[in-house]
Amino acid sequence: MIPLSWYLILSAAIFCVGLFGVLARRNAVAILMGIELMLNAVNINLVAFWRYLSPTFIAGQVFVIIVFAVAASEAAVGLALIISIYRRRTSVAADDINLMKW
Amino acid sequence: MTGLQIAFIVAGVITLVAAVLVVLSRNLVHAALWLILALAGVAVLFVLLEAGFLAIVQVAVYIDAIAILIILTVMLTRHAMRVDLVQLNQNWLWAALSALILFGGLLILFNQIPGLNVEPAALEGVADTTLEALGQSLVDVNQFVIPFEIASVLLLAALIGAIFVARPPSRPANEGGEE
Repeated sequence: MIPLSWYLILSAAIFCVGLFGVLARRNAVAILMGIELMLNAVNINLVAFWRYLSPTFIAGQVFVIIVFAVAASEAAVGLALIISIYRRRTSVAADDINLMKW
Repeated sequence: MTGLQIAFIVAGVITLVAAVLVVLSRNLVHAALWLILALAGVAVLFVLLEAGFLAIVQVAVYIDAIAILIILTVMLTRHAMRVDLVQLNQNWLWAALSALILFGGLLILFNQIPGLNVEPAALEGVADTTLEALGQSLVDVNQFVIPFEIASVLLLAALIGAIFVARPPSRPANEGGEE
């Protein structure tokens, strides 16, 4: 049987890769992709804990579904913002978007 | 090493390599395609965890909707960042360092938790029982009906907000509610 720790290590690795993407990429769309990777790593963790520790308690799966909904709305709003910024400033680099920075 | 473990290792390695390539690809279209592969690998992991419904939702929501949305945005904004430009900002070394430190810290944490090698408890009944319980818990007043409704309102608000934000800045008066 697959040990629970394998899932945890894999999801930790994916989370850290996504974190690197969020912190290091210049393109705002690439930053959103990193966030999607991080959310997926969290989902693996949630499902693994549900399956191994409390399969009768359905809240683990419900939480994953809520995360899906939040991820979908985050992607929709984030990409709409990126398109809007691109229309106004012809750039999607995160360090060019400094209007509200001081 | 059982067949399940081999399947896990194959799916895990594919997911991890695809995730690394998402972060490192210079061409954003390639990054989006690697992202689709990584999401499919996560769906396979859900199947290995006997959460079949979540695997289907993963394919339908992530690969079908979010990945397509990302690819469309990449195509719409493609001229803004040419492929030959630097894709990482000047803090990328610190970013890599903090990601590595987080990973190492998590590994140390996993080592200190006892009982991570538990056998998974057997699922009750057939797989349909879990799905039925999931569906009923989402509409049960005593369980998760409030988060469920809040999630639906959140999705609606996000969709309206996305349409409003992505609207062209000065649109002609004759195409009122086209989007």
